[in-house]
Amino acid sequence: MLLGKLTLDAIPFHEPIIMGALSGAGLMGLAVIAAITKFGKWGYLWKEWLTSVDHKKIGVMYIIVALVMLLRGFADAAMMRTQLAMATNGHLGIFPPEHYDQIFTAHGVIMIIFMAMPFMTGLMNIVVPLQIGARDVAFPFLNSLSFWLLVAAAALVNLSLGVGEFARTGWVAYPPLSELAYSPGVGVDYYIWALQISGIGTTLTAINFLVTILKMRTPGMKLMQMPIFTWTCTWANVLIVTSFPILTGALAMLTLDRYLDFHFFTSEAGGNPMMYLNLFWAWGHPEVYILVLPAFGIFSEVVSTFAGKRLFGHTSMIIASGVISVLGFMVWLHHFFTMGSGANVNAFFGIATMVISVPTGVKLFNWLFTIYRGRLRFTSPVLWTLGFMVTFSIGGMTGVLMAVPGADFVLHNSLFLIAHFHNTIIGGAVFGYLAGFVFWFPKAFGFKLDERLGKAAFWFWQTGFYFAFVPLYILGFMGMTRRLNHTDNPLWTPWLYAACIGAVLIALGIGCQLLQIVVSLRNRKQLADVTGDPWNAHTLEWSTSSPPPFYNFAKLPQVHDIDAFTDMKEKGVAYQVPQQYAPIHMPKNTAAGVYIGGFTLVCGFALIWHIWWLAIVGLIGIIGSMLARAYDNDIDYYVQPDEIEAIERERFEKMGIDFDRYDERDQGTARPRPAKTLEQV
Amino acid sequence: MINSKHPRILRGLPLAAAALLSGCQGGILDPKGQIAADEKSLIITATVLMLLVVVPVILMTLGFAWKYRAGNKSAAYDPKWSHSGKIEAVVWIIPIIIVSFLAVITWNSTHKLDPYRPLDSDKKPITIQVVSLDWKWLFIYPELNIASVNQLAFPANTPVNFKITSDAAMNSFFIPQLGGQIYSMAGMQTKLHLIANEPGSYDGMSANYSGAGFSGMKFKAIATASPAEFDAWVKQVRSGKPLDPTSYAQLLNPSENNPVQHFSSVTPGLFYGVLNKYMAGHQTAMEAGLSPIQLAALTKSLCKTPVVKE
Repeated sequence: MLLGKLTLDAIPFHEPIIMGALSGAGLMGLAVIAAITKFGKWGYLWKEWLTSVDHKKIGVMYIIVALVMLLRGFADAAMMRTQLAMATNGHLGIFPPEHYDQIFTAHGVIMIIFMAMPFMTGLMNIVVPLQIGARDVAFPFLNSLSFWLLVAAAALVNLSLGVGEFARTGWVAYPPLSELAYSPGVGVDYYIWALQISGIGTTLTAINFLVTILKMRTPGMKLMQMPIFTWTCTWANVLIVTSFPILTGALAMLTLDRYLDFHFFTSEAGGNPMMYLNLFWAWGHPEVYILVLPAFGIFSEVVSTFAGKRLFGHTSMIIASGVISVLGFMVWLHHFFTMGSGANVNAFFGIATMVISVPTGVKLFNWLFTIYRGRLRFTSPVLWTLGFMVTFSIGGMTGVLMAVPGADFVLHNSLFLIAHFHNTIIGGAVFGYLAGFVFWFPKAFGFKLDERLGKAAFWFWQTGFYFAFVPLYILGFMGMTRRLNHTDNPLWTPWLYAACIGAVLIALGIGCQLLQIVVSLRNRKQLADVTGDPWNAHTLEWSTSSPPPFYNFAKLPQVHDIDAFTDMKEKGVAYQVPQQYAPIHMPKNTAAGVYIGGFTLVCGFALIWHIWWLAIVGLIGIIGSMLARAYDNDIDYYVQPDEIEAIERERFEKMGIDFDRYDERDQGTARPRPAKTLEQV
Repeated sequence: MINSKHPRILRGLPLAAAALLSGCQGGILDPKGQIAADEKSLIITATVLMLLVVVPVILMTLGFAWKYRAGNKSAAYDPKWSHSGKIEAVVWIIPIIIVSFLAVITWNSTHKLDPYRPLDSDKKPITIQVVSLDWKWLFIYPELNIASVNQLAFPANTPVNFKITSDAAMNSFFIPQLGGQIYSMAGMQTKLHLIANEPGSYDGMSANYSGAGFSGMKFKAIATASPAEFDAWVKQVRSGKPLDPTSYAQLLNPSENNPVQHFSSVTPGLFYGVLNKYMAGHQTAMEAGLSPIQLAALTKSLCKTPVVKE
């Protein structure tokens, strides 16, 4: 068959909710395309963004994908809460299991792989090279490729909404349920290829950033002087390169089971589903630290910046993050205490899990003592941070509780578990990313976000969180298990209603954030950040303009202290006009990443639907694009000093610094010029 | 009557408390067996221990943030203060002490509450073999040679030894008021030891998602007040039809919200035949009390494709 398993029946015409969502998304897509065409921005978009290898633009694109997928994942969450609030006491709600089971699977996959991961990667992309005084990442093209692989994977997940189905297995896709015997449809194949493709992109990103951090720090920056966000990203990247290959391997084995009749994880013929659980969580547990460690870094930056104070225990924080990373790799079995391991094994993994709370507790105390004797400004990033510290303490506590096997036997698979991990992932990772979003937004775009709406968003999210998840803790105690499609216990009903109200409050929070972006865009003149340092912050990303020039730093900064930029400000050398500019070596934009991503999407889609000829076309396209890129020698250029000078002149003049006073070209042989700082102007 | 500024809230308090208490009814905080009671007290002990750190941290967060707010110029400001050996020592040592306590509790409780550990009792335990199917539970009483679907009974105060497997996707066998859960997996046998210390009818379920009919995969676990009452239940079960390879094949048909079914007799070794479908082993034959050849024949008969009921 020319189209493999694909027929017209794959499109769910009979499902009004899906068709409604699809036409809504289609209309929005058309509106965006029409707007771009009307304003003639296709060329600009292609040249300046889609083919860009600039880490800042790639970072912005990552965050756009993350925000779009946040809306999609939240829509899933809203449907789940609605279903569970309606389907009580004999009612079956609006979603039958075959649809509902796809919704909760998609919600989990999207929120973790396509919302949290790209949000984290986006912030890391924008900030890390700037924090270490680098001009780009080590492998700029690879960075673009990673992003386009993520886009291909996200496209597959969204395609599953309209063409075929998504997995009905839960986001963990445990076999044998995810094997052909129980899931013969294409849903699990969408799951496999979407995770596989995005996972490869993530691994490449981590390698890229580790090399960048190790090799491209600005002169004078020792490893232990790196800003704490860069450090937590470093640990997260170490976790990625060590744990993502396990996911790649596990998914590859599941693929062989499903496509070539292997028996790695089947119940019969010597397969063993327990192996999959071990492999999945050997990736899955480090994954939660991959998400939360960079958020810890963001909170550290936010607290020390807005307390106007050096971070308490910088070294201690680095060590604590390292301990968390190492231990995070040794606790995976706590996800299945109930699989029948012996008491010794369960006790070992339980205790190893609790030990993680020690370095995590240390971090909390370090933030507390950073606030201590500070001058804390209650900006919205600070609100997110304080909200996190309170909320995450509770989430950590419930986590340690479930690390006790005897307690886990009754709490496992219950809504208590759901409440716990949302408590840590929302109250930990997501609050962190949202704090980082407001914090670094002016750096990326040159204007601040509206604070009033930002604070309103925080309060809606915070109260919404408690409304949505405290009931789930209680329902867990009441014996309600996860992934139920309908319930018939009248005692549970009021709590299910409360959780639904929580979802409404969070929706209002997200609404405030969308409005915040629109309002701030409109008021960008008043909110403009001219100095590049709107918060009086400590680290190098604030020493360059907002947004930074494409080469980041006209002259690489010299670092003498952990708070490198504070040190420069104190010494009065923060806004020095250099004596001269040297040519800067920069990478050229390339469309290779877009092409490879596109062919990967084709190849993935074809593999899902068993359209073998198309899969071969996709594969040849991928290899061909790679070869074309490999033989392309026109990949870099030098920015000439006069161009740099023009850009820098504009920046300094905006700040009111007289650029020309220093415009004597003495070839740098004379004594250093007295520094000119903003305060003197 | 109540002369307060917030009479509404005060009047609401007892109501809220009542709601919370009634909320515990039927859940894991309302245990009816020794294991569940121990697990509940373990949860409370561990929580109280952790609150010793969590409450101060939350109060300090709010207190420090307020005291050192930018507007409060009377508070000390020390922008370069970023290290204190004493504070570092305290913030590492306090969590270590708490975790050490928890670790000891964990080690002991994990061994005491190990689901595989037979319970100490002077009463002879009753053995029940459990098979999770799409989407129902089959309970086989090898000693009584009866079986039932989605209903389970045993006398209160008698230890129950569950032997659990699956002839479908992975499920989790869970009776919240009697104690913790354990996975059921095809080709494998897991064990669970529970006891009910109060007679009653308790909710049982699959706690692990296993496909479309999973939400209806519920059963009642009846702890009878007296042996006579249990015997009456057994008698009722014996009025059903026999469970043999043919009727088992019907059970293999996926079904949702399956009604309670009773089986008067069970083909000997059926549970082991099911296990053997996925994982052939000498051990299984010995445990089943069958010769390897007999077991192989039984297994083969159980692998028949499901027959659709007319």
